Amino acid sequence: MDDPLALPMPALPAGRVLPVVTAPQDVLGARCAEVDPIDPEVVQLAADLIATMRVSPGCVGLAANQVGVPWRVFSLDVSRHPKARTTHGTFVLVNPVVVAASRNEKGREGCMSVPDFTGDVRRATRMTVAGSLPGTGAAITLTTDAFEARALQHEIDHLDGLLFLDRVAGAHAIHPRTTYL
Amino acid sequence: MPSLAVTVIGRDRPGIIAEVTGVLASLGGNLEDSSMTLLRGHFTWTLIVDLDSSAEDLAARLAHLGADGLVVSVLPVGPEEIPTGEAGYVLSVHGADRPGIVAGVTATLAAHGGNITDLSTRLGHGGLYLLVAEVSLPPGVDVVALGSQLAEAGRSLGVGVSLRPADSDVL
Repeated sequence: MDDPLALPMPALPAGRVLPVVTAPQDVLGARCAEVDPIDPEVVQLAADLIATMRVSPGCVGLAANQVGVPWRVFSLDVSRHPKARTTHGTFVLVNPVVVAASRNEKGREGCMSVPDFTGDVRRATRMTVAGSLPGTGAAITLTTDAFEARALQHEIDHLDGLLFLDRVAGAHAIHPRTTYL
Repeated sequence: MPSLAVTVIGRDRPGIIAEVTGVLASLGGNLEDSSMTLLRGHFTWTLIVDLDSSAEDLAARLAHLGADGLVVSVLPVGPEEIPTGEAGYVLSVHGADRPGIVAGVTATLAAHGGNITDLSTRLGHGGLYLLVAEVSLPPGVDVVALGSQLAEAGRSLGVGVSLRPADSDVL
């Protein structure tokens, strides 16, 4: 996709499709470690995350610990999602940090690691996130909104050992998942 | 008018709510709060009805539902308890299913006077057990310390526990 705001992702090696782990798993509940964005293993992981995300129906983001790797790396691509407004194409961010977050709104989320449920979660709809690109190590700061902001928070939560289940709005905010998209 | 608490539990089918409320309406009852859901496919409904009738009379009028695989109970209840202005929190617990998760976590909450005002638990097909509760805490509770104790109780049960303030935007 030609996204005018697409991040300058470097060419990545061929990605492998990795199995996605589902809760409960310890790797999903622990804080992931910072890594060197130019480490070849991190670059390979970036390619693997994108490959795994692409073959998974409806998947718009994948955190490294969802494929069993406890590193602070995630992939994202909401560019074709109907709830997205600002988008930055397909990208992988390493060691992401939330710089600013505001304007909370409730929305329903699902997760490949929690296949049986969806939940209503309040998230910021304006976000600024900093991090590094894999391969080049280029420092990136991106500001976004709407669904991309929600997806960023969901993935960064994964890297902090949190699932959307930890943030649901109330006792009636969990729903059995009826479609697997 | 006195209030009656009615529970209806059993095999699900279309029309249960229409039939029960039909009986209540024919007696001049006014349906107040109620909560119905399917628990692992079983119909479960709890309701409060304002009705000038004894629990025994209403039970007799609903007895025919028993032939259809439904268990009905009717109890008189006292006046409404008005909730006090305690602080609202949301408790989330999730992890591998095993006996004793809810007992272990909620005992810690109860020891601090925490009152569960709404609760939902689910068992996923992959063995993920999930509890989400709305909790009111009395004034003076050290929420940070309580959160640590809940997390410790969770660790001993192999589950993750989080306690967060409930969002309540008043518009």
